[in-house]
Parts: sequence; C-alpha cells; structure tokens
Amino acid sequence: MRRIAAIAAAKAAATLSQRLKMGGGTALPGLIAERIDPNIVPEMARRLGQGSVIVTGTNGKTTTARLLRGIVRAAGLRPVANRAGSNLMRGIAAALAQAAGLDGGFAGAKRRLGVFEVDEATVPEAARALRPRLVLFTNLFRDQLDRYGEVEHVAAVWRDAVRTLGDSATVVLNADDPSVAALAQAATGRVLFYGVEDTSRESGGLEHAADARWCSSCGSELVYSAVFYGHLGHWHCPSHCRVARPSPRVVATRIEMEPEGTSLIIAMPGGEVSARLPLTGLYNAYNALAAVAAAVALGIEAEAIERGLGSFTAAFGRQERLTVGGRRVQVILAKNPAGLNEVLRTITADGEEKDVALFLNDGIADGRDVSWIWDVDFDLLAGKVRSLTVSGNRAWDMALRLKYAGLETPSEVEEDTATALRRALRATPEDGNLYVVPTYTAMLQVRELLARWARQPAFWETA
Amino acid sequence: MELKLRLAHLYPKLMNIYGDRGNILCLERRCRERGIGFEVTELGLGEKMKPKGHDLVFIGGAQDREQGRVAEDLVKEKGKALKEVAAKGVVILAVCGGYQLMGRYYRGAEGEELPGVGVFGLRTEHPGPGAKRFIGNVVVEWQGGTLVGFENHGGRTHLDDGVEPLGRVVTGFGNNGGDGGEGAVCGNAYGTYLHGSLLPKNPRFADHLIETALRRRYKDLEMAPLDDRVEEMAHAAAVRLATRRGIISV
Repeated sequence: MRRIAAIAAAKAAATLSQRLKMGGGTALPGLIAERIDPNIVPEMARRLGQGSVIVTGTNGKTTTARLLRGIVRAAGLRPVANRAGSNLMRGIAAALAQAAGLDGGFAGAKRRLGVFEVDEATVPEAARALRPRLVLFTNLFRDQLDRYGEVEHVAAVWRDAVRTLGDSATVVLNADDPSVAALAQAATGRVLFYGVEDTSRESGGLEHAADARWCSSCGSELVYSAVFYGHLGHWHCPSHCRVARPSPRVVATRIEMEPEGTSLIIAMPGGEVSARLPLTGLYNAYNALAAVAAAVALGIEAEAIERGLGSFTAAFGRQERLTVGGRRVQVILAKNPAGLNEVLRTITADGEEKDVALFLNDGIADGRDVSWIWDVDFDLLAGKVRSLTVSGNRAWDMALRLKYAGLETPSEVEEDTATALRRALRATPEDGNLYVVPTYTAMLQVRELLARWARQPAFWETA
Repeated sequence: MELKLRLAHLYPKLMNIYGDRGNILCLERRCRERGIGFEVTELGLGEKMKPKGHDLVFIGGAQDREQGRVAEDLVKEKGKALKEVAAKGVVILAVCGGYQLMGRYYRGAEGEELPGVGVFGLRTEHPGPGAKRFIGNVVVEWQGGTLVGFENHGGRTHLDDGVEPLGRVVTGFGNNGGDGGEGAVCGNAYGTYLHGSLLPKNPRFADHLIETALRRRYKDLEMAPLDDRVEEMAHAAAVRLATRRGIISV
C-alpha cells in the first residue's frame, strides 16, 4: 500500500512540476517517494530482471551512462536510468518510480536493466540499495573539495563500498588512473580493466593539477611513460613495491580527433569495435571506452556495442550543439581543473581563433570554493580567442585568473548570465561557433536561455 | 645592484591543493611588473633547507595523507633553517596545512600527533572524526582594510598568549570559530587559513609581503603602484558575496 502511494505521489509530482515548468521533475518526485516509502529503491531495484549498473567517477558519469544506455538498448534490453546529472538517491528513486507501474512492477521486467549514474559520495548508499551486478569507476580527480572532502577521502569511501559488493558483482576500472586501478585490491568479485593504448595521444607530461602521482601502496612518486590527461596514463611505481598499471582487457588502440567528433577503435577479448562519436576531447574517448568495457562485462556482443555507440547523441550541456541567431553554440560543462584543461585543449586544438564564454558560479552544486581555477592552464587560450566573455557570480575571480594567464582584457566581464550570453553571441560572427563553458548551475541557466532562444524543447525532454 | 626576490617554495608537489599556485604566480607577477627579479627554489621531500639565500618562504595546504608525510620531513630537513630565517626577519607565508605545521603541533581527528616546526606559538587540534569542518568564504579585517578568501579546515587553531592573529574575522570561522581571530603573525612570519587563492585577490597583502621581504636587503626600495582594477573588482565581489550570505557551513 505504502509503495503504491509512494509511486503514485512521485509520478504526480513529476507531472505537476513539469506542467508548472519547475524543471525536469527529477529530484522532488524521488524525494517524495523516498519520504513515503524509505525502502522504495531496494524493493523496486529487486524487480529489475537484468539487475543494475552503477556508473561513477569525477568526470564523465553522465556521458558514459548515456553511451552505455544506447549500447544496452541496441542489445535488446530496456534501461531504466536517472537523467541529466540527477545522481543522488532521490534521482534513482524518481527514475524507478517513473519507469514502474503503480504496483511497483515493470512492464517487460525480464529485459529491464538499471543504468544509474551515481554521485561519488553516494556510491556506498546506492550500492547497498541497488545491489548492483556491475560498478564502473571512470576516474578520480580533485573536485569540489568543499563538498566531497579530499581526493583521498573519496578513494577510501569507494574502497569500502567495493569491499561490500560481494563476489557476484563485477567492478570495471580505469587502468590508467592509479587511484581507480587500486580499487581492484578491495574487490572480491570479477575485475575488468580498460585503458588507452594509443600512445600517440600523449599530452607530454603531468599538468599542474595532477592528483594521484603517489603510489597507493608505498607512497613513492609514480613514474609515467605516457600521460594522456590529468594523471591518466601509463604509470608504474619505481620502488621495490612494483605496483604498476594493470594490463587492460578492453583497450582503445586508435583514437583520431576530428573537428566535430572522435573516431576510435576499441579492442576487446575476441573482437574489435570502431565508432565515430559526435564528441570531441580525449576525455570523451575515455567515456566511450568505459561504456564499452562495461558492456563487455555485461556480456554484450561487439555488433550491438557498435550499433549502440552509433546511435549516440550528446547529453544536455555535454557538447550538445544548438543554433541560436545563426551562430552555432556548443555548451561544454567543466567543473574541475582536469576537466577544464581538457576542454580548453579540445577547443583550441585546430589553432584557429575562437569565440569563448566562461561562466563561473559558486553554488553548492558548482563547489562553493572557486580556488580550483588557479590550477587550470588557461594559458592554453592565449592568442587563440577572438572574443572572450566572462560571467557567473564569480566572474571577477575568473577575470583575475585570466589576467594571470596573459588574457589581459576579456571582451566582457558581466556577472549577469543572460546579459553575458547575449553579448557573447553578438561578439561571435554569423555562421561562427561560440563555445560556452559553464560550471554546473551556470549550465542550467545557460541551457534554459539558449533553449528558449533557439526554440528548443526544455532540457528534461531531450536529456 | 639588481633587485631580486628569492622565494623558497616548500613542497610544491605535495602542498598544492586549493589553488596555492595562484600565490606564487601573484608574487612573481607583482615583482616582474616592477622590474624586480624573481627566483624560486623548490624544496621537496628529503631536501635540506639552507638558512641563507631566501627573502620569502611559502608553504601551502595539503590533503591529510600528504600532510603526514610532510610533517616529519619539515621538522627534520627544514625545521632548523626555518627557525633561523624567521629569527632573521625573512618573510614566511604559511597557508592552511602549512600554517598548522608551522605551529607547535597538529593533533589529528584520531588523536595522532604531528610535530610542528614551532615558528608560530600555536597549536592545532582536530576535535574528532564527527566534528564539523570549517568551510566557506571568509572576510577578515586587516590593517584598516579587508582580506578575502575561502577556508576549509577541520583543525581548530589556538594561539599562545601574546601571539597576534593576522586579522579579525568579519564573516567566516577563522582559527577556531570561537575567538574571532584568523591566522597568526610572529615577526615577519604570517600564517592563515585563507586560500582562494589568497594573494591575487588581496594585492595589498601581497605587496606588504614583497616589500617586507625585500626591505631587509634593499633599504631604499620603492614599490611602484600597479594597475589593480581587476584585483579590486574581484576583492569587492568576494566581500559582497561573503557578507551577503553571512556565515555558511556546508
């Protein structure tokens, strides 16, 4: 009875909040459902015939989960998924309530697979409630130190969560990230590693903000024979302990960057897939690789994986492209040093002058502490921007940071998001490309404005 | 004689969290714009610090795991030199974790004790694993103006009798969330919890450090004014955001 009430209330709240244009209706309904029935997530997750998958990590959760959903669909399964970064317990509860019938069961339950992106700090709770058959860890970077605590703290939380998963769960790990790879020691079930083998993608050394450069077992400084981005690469400990990057089973053997996308070849036991994604940047190659590794671990065939990747369209705020007033606008979320460095590298890759708008907010979802911008290599933009607009409630922090990167005079410093966005569009030549790089809450504002201006459907309908 | 600021940067690889890099970039830029040379000596684990050849010493914040590794090395390889340079009036700037380790000791959440260098007469104690972290924007009153920054620390710092805080908290927690003090000053050694980064947004404080550091060797130093319009806008915005919201804990 209680379950029915919870599901009905959640469904009603979702419909109502969308009608009232309160947003996508992804958090409130879950909150209501959990309030009425605290056991709603474990009880409903149990009825997913194919079990659940958790996707977590600092960067790439949304895109990776989205890629994996496409693959899962191509394999003939029906994913149940939380949407658009709604990755706390309430987002999972809302997704389950939305997908279920009023009795709490799922139509076609046998083919139902939960694919949930989960906030780093929520992994233990989500793992307890979902009892997932697979947990995928993408990477661990310093991110929102005020919210998550220190990187080492997140690693410890993950280690404990992995320890409790049980032998039947598979853990899929990024071999190129030393702190993610180290989670293998805590796993009691199957472990599958993925990594990049195409060393032509080397970035040429650790960047300033590199985190995991110390051996997790003996504390020595790790040695890299190749660095791809952040602290991801081919690493080993030079000391007696001999800890080294594990040899991955699913590998990217070739990654080709193109102006509008990325082509990649991924090799796996007994096969190979090639794909072309409408996403740029090495971090997105990693996202695709992670999704493929998870699919391999789920036993999905190469042919379905290839079709699934082929069906991909970008998630909202993750390199989604819009046309506004004749300008092509690309919104790329960036919320930590490693992520933003990769975004800047991607934007400036072809050497031509670009129109760029940076939005820095300090809301709770952005991270209240904006110190992280000092760890970003904005020098990458020097000499490569035609117009540079700086906005967000921390616009002046950003302007000051840019001054230190040799970008003395941004075209505009304007705290108000709408005004800044309008000016950035005006500064972009007609038929030109505007790159909008916001933090999380700024992305929500920017996306709403652009959607209105481009007469696009609101984000929850496309996410 | 060419003017030059000689900076010793302690543990640049280990103590670099919370954008401490901005402090180094700021000192360098504010020197170079005035035609003052700038030279950095980086001192990592196992490297002995010499008591000579430094005008300014900087140590930043670290994550807990790194802090333990640093504490031992700091006392063993650098402690003696640090006390000597502090006694000579060399400027020291210690932020967050570095500030804590420059005190007498740091007692962690589990009661484990890390020895400090003792440049500052103060002690820092973490009240235990469940205790609230002091996180948020800070505005401090300093020499007739303000300092702005962001704090994020679990330890509570208590100054010994007679030790002066760097400033008075206007909004935020400061040393211990109780006595209204933020940071510490002992001679020309400055300790603070403020990052964000500290110096770029507080150019007056940055210049105070540069001037004090160079004055020891260049008596008739002149500090030309710089164009600080962006700095002042960022400072004012930080004051506005912090005080409008009041003290916020997460």
